[in-house]
Amino acid sequence: MTPRRQRMLAVGLALGGIALAAGLTLRALDDNMMFFIAVSDVVAGEYPADRNFRVGGLVVDGSVRREPGSLQMRFRITDLRCELPVSYTGVLPDLFREGQGVVAHGRMAVDGEFVADTILAKHDENYMAPEVAESLAEHVSEQTAGLSQGSGECNNP
Amino acid sequence: MWKFLHRLASPPHFYRIAINLIPWFAMPGLLLLAYGTYAGLFVAPADYQQGDAFRIIYVHVPAAYLSMMAYMIMAVSAGIGLIWRMKLAHAVAAAVAPLGASFTFLALATGSIWGRPMWGTWWEWGDPRLTSELVLLFLYFGYMALRNSIDDTSKADRASAVLAMVGAVNVPIIHFSVEWWSSLHQGSTLVRKGGPAMDAAMLYPLLAMIFGFTLVFGALLLRRLRAEVLFRERRKRWVRDLILSGNGKR
Repeated sequence: MTPRRQRMLAVGLALGGIALAAGLTLRALDDNMMFFIAVSDVVAGEYPADRNFRVGGLVVDGSVRREPGSLQMRFRITDLRCELPVSYTGVLPDLFREGQGVVAHGRMAVDGEFVADTILAKHDENYMAPEVAESLAEHVSEQTAGLSQGSGECNNP
Repeated sequence: MWKFLHRLASPPHFYRIAINLIPWFAMPGLLLLAYGTYAGLFVAPADYQQGDAFRIIYVHVPAAYLSMMAYMIMAVSAGIGLIWRMKLAHAVAAAVAPLGASFTFLALATGSIWGRPMWGTWWEWGDPRLTSELVLLFLYFGYMALRNSIDDTSKADRASAVLAMVGAVNVPIIHFSVEWWSSLHQGSTLVRKGGPAMDAAMLYPLLAMIFGFTLVFGALLLRRLRAEVLFRERRKRWVRDLILSGNGKR
């Protein structure tokens, strides 16, 4: 074996080992790598009870209720299977609106409501001119009208 | 072909050729950037949700893509330098690192500026995309610090090459972080099933910016690489001849 081939082999083996180690580490840390927990998992009770966590979902159409004269508000979020009531007091990001993806940071109250201390808006990968978005919304809304009303099974315990 | 590559890899030959290559990268690159900047600011329509704030994409996406591209160039040339003991390859890795770090910083900064009004936060610890891109910046810093801490060039080459290659594992993590895990960061707009999720009037300036950034990056890399080669060969005869012949300024 020439020295060059030896070096090639050493580099190849080292890279393979590192990739394997990184892959296994990330697998082991999978839950911790998640930025937020899905609504269904939270409803099913799969969330850390002893600390704050983040939950992500879409704001249910027509669910936003604001307390008059304060920054307090309530709304529900969904992952199209389960819904979770959220309460929040504070300023919202620009992108917050009904139907929009949001990530809420906070904890579960005893009555099953998620009390958020931070609301972040999640943007999707679609970029459109306003006119295009309008004409698209007219066509799509008819097809997906029933979607937010829980088309899947929610395993509420 | 092989003969040409072999000749190109010889430092004095590369040094002479590179100066002629630079305008071929810089000129079309700057033209594309000029078109992309104009069309991105004035021709592309505002986004239906983000309004004019989306226009930061014309800097953010090219910078983020080049931050990873530069790292791959660094890691691959470090590997080539390690295996084939090629001096020019080590010089490429050394020359590209500060460029890569700059683009990484630009991607992080523009993302943060956009994130404040859109997401509602400058920075979120624990987000896989944001964190892995920050790790990339620290890998560049670590690479440059390691190089600077070793005086002997060939020792510095080998030690830093190992670091560059180990760190390469982070690049696919950055790219796939938004698919593997839940993240605040949206998925890719350009590289996705069903084609780019973007209006053509927004897309063309973006593509122009991506190619323009890449070409200007190429020109900057060639410039840096020439300086790097000259410094490494400063005790060689051809450099002395170059200076004595009065062509040192070129």
